[in-house]
Amino acid sequence: MRALLDRYRADAEAGRLAFQSCRACGANQAFLRPFCQACGSEDIDWRHAAGGGTVAAHSVLHRAPTPDYRAKVPYAIALVDLDEGVRVMTHADLDLSVGQRVALSFAPHESAEGTLHLPRVSAAE
Amino acid sequence: MTTAWIAGVGDTSFGRHEGVDTLDLMSAATRAALDDAGMTRADVDGVLTGYSTAMPHLMLASLFAEHFGLDPSYCHSMQMGGGTGCGLVMLAKLLVESGQCDTVLVAAGENRLTSTGGRDSVIQTLAQVGHATQEVPFGATIPGYYGLLASAYMAAYGITEEDLAELAVLMRTHAALHPGSHLTDPITVADVMASRPIATPLKLLDCCPISDGGVAVIVTADKTRSKGVRLAGAGQAHQHQHISAAPSLSQFGGGPAAARAFAQAGLTPKDVEVAGVYDSFTITAAILLEEIGLAERGEAAARARAGDFGPKGVLPLNTHGGLLSFGHSGVAGGMAHFVEVVRQMLGKADARQMPARPEIGFVHGDGGILSSHVSLLLTQS
Repeated sequence: MRALLDRYRADAEAGRLAFQSCRACGANQAFLRPFCQACGSEDIDWRHAAGGGTVAAHSVLHRAPTPDYRAKVPYAIALVDLDEGVRVMTHADLDLSVGQRVALSFAPHESAEGTLHLPRVSAAE
Repeated sequence: MTTAWIAGVGDTSFGRHEGVDTLDLMSAATRAALDDAGMTRADVDGVLTGYSTAMPHLMLASLFAEHFGLDPSYCHSMQMGGGTGCGLVMLAKLLVESGQCDTVLVAAGENRLTSTGGRDSVIQTLAQVGHATQEVPFGATIPGYYGLLASAYMAAYGITEEDLAELAVLMRTHAALHPGSHLTDPITVADVMASRPIATPLKLLDCCPISDGGVAVIVTADKTRSKGVRLAGAGQAHQHQHISAAPSLSQFGGGPAAARAFAQAGLTPKDVEVAGVYDSFTITAAILLEEIGLAERGEAAARARAGDFGPKGVLPLNTHGGLLSFGHSGVAGGMAHFVEVVRQMLGKADARQMPARPEIGFVHGDGGILSSHVSLLLTQS
């Protein structure tokens, strides 16, 4: 799993949101695994989101779990349905609503384990 | 097949218990349940516990059995998040029905509020039910995950924040009639709306408090030592762990779990006369009531507003005040609903007692982010 995460994070640092796609059954998955959750095949391909998606859920957090986020309150998280057919959690602009079209970008976040490059969505142009 | 009967229930008050720990609260609840059952420690041959965030231990059930002076032939702990309380009762039912045990003690309790580190350390521990690399790094919290699913569910069914507030008001009204409740100050819909935002659309009064407390239940094969209330059905469902991976944002697993319990008992949601439904947040109760079929989609708040869920309504719900106001002490919080339903069925709910003793009770617990579900059905003999 570590190698999968390293690959995902290298992509994120380069501004690309990676997800896995099964060559055997075509299913996509956002949570990294060395196999396909849907069919069990180990014939896994990697793809990158083109950047378009729709907000499935959205929440503005006013209470943070950790010191790195206490400084950022209020901040928003979202579940985004990427156009490629996979759902991911992202950071989000504060004023988005469910069903809204959004565009993906990346922003660095200084966490206890170092700099993380995290996906973020804003209203689509 | 052997039938699983309720022999006794016991609890402590919920709220702030300075200077007591997990074992103290479990002991107090167990003593009360044994007294209620007219049993002694020697009658117990099965011991089931959950987990304690305030006292993480690899073998909490063994630890408690030794501490309390029990000598079980079957003993272990279970971890299903908030679904654990109902899960433990379901396992007690299975152990009794199978003949493995004669009398099973289910004990839960912790000083979640006053433990070292207190609320902040609990909040940080609980947040770890999120996905370690694809949710937690975003600063997500438990209210945040529920805020997400609330936003989706409210958009799908036209539910407003004022609607959800009705459920908070209802629980506070109920808690005021229970001497053991954590929160009893009356609140209005306006108070809920004006309370500070935690994770939109959820505000402080949409969220349950963190409490100290303990609850215990004794399940037995011996009808003569019971009070005539039996466990008639149980069911589970586990469709996801993480909200990002939930296959649906309107069918979370409460429906299938309940359907399995109803099928086992030969009953339907229309038969339920008293209910205890997990209410960690207002949205939790709304979704579960609607998904299980105790209210139509989008209608839970209107039902609450109409008085249907009060002690004198057509479907009394969480008459002790629920997690939202009676309090949430981890595993014990999810068992308090069960105890209240049993008390209503026995005519022992004091000032909260329904006009007529209900014949059929339903209890539902959920753990994680509407992730693990356990439904239970109780009937009078």
